[in-house]
Amino acid sequence: MSNPVEGPRALVVERVFPHPPQKLWRALTDGSLLAQWLLNNDFEPVVGRRFQFRREPMPNWNGVIDCEVFVVEPLKELSYSWVAMGLETVVRWTLTPADGGTHLRMEQSGFAPGREANYKGAKYGWQSFFNALEGTLASFN
Amino acid sequence: MTLLNPNPVFRALADPTRRAIFQQLSRHGEQTVHGLTRHAGVSQPAVSKHLTVLKRAKLVCHRRDGRETHYRAQPEALAPMIDWLNLYGAFWRDQFDRLEGLLGRMDS
Repeated sequence: MSNPVEGPRALVVERVFPHPPQKLWRALTDGSLLAQWLLNNDFEPVVGRRFQFRREPMPNWNGVIDCEVFVVEPLKELSYSWVAMGLETVVRWTLTPADGGTHLRMEQSGFAPGREANYKGAKYGWQSFFNALEGTLASFN
Repeated sequence: MTLLNPNPVFRALADPTRRAIFQQLSRHGEQTVHGLTRHAGVSQPAVSKHLTVLKRAKLVCHRRDGRETHYRAQPEALAPMIDWLNLYGAFWRDQFDRLEGLLGRMDS
């Protein structure tokens, strides 16, 4: 009846930057630096901290992304929830020393589909849809 | 991972009324055409027509129970579209570019 989707789905973007992990960590965790390349925020690298990213409001969205810090492992891993338009995902950053720099990986994931009946599946579908769509739309701005 | 053709899903969800119907079913579970018509703001025949398009895209399935037909969302049918959109990951790639610029400007 249904077509199960194999495996959880996530959006992954990764790149090697010719800079040491310390510098990347600062860009990821210092709120004012973060605002310069990602979005305006009141982030602090403290587990359990609730914060917001803010984008330009859109017709059906106030532009607020609600987040909560899950993991702060200096120079290695940072993760937080990313809730936009009532749709919940997790953004996870990992830093790995690489030749001449640092490998940075960003993974934005929702729930694995089909794990718990349809409710979660539905939630998952819309999360991924909106997040991916939002990303795509952002590229046209 | 094999990419499935996302066209039927995009086409089905390009219409705002169909998106609203799909969203209604996703959020509130199984419903009849009557139930959906109450929320849709269009006539029952129009809702039925939209449901046919959604069914063709496998976004919705139905089961009969006596004289009533119950419709249910199949969010896993969104997968081809999600895959397609993910190929682009444009938002994050743009932000990575900006991060690269910032790192160049920062003191080490």
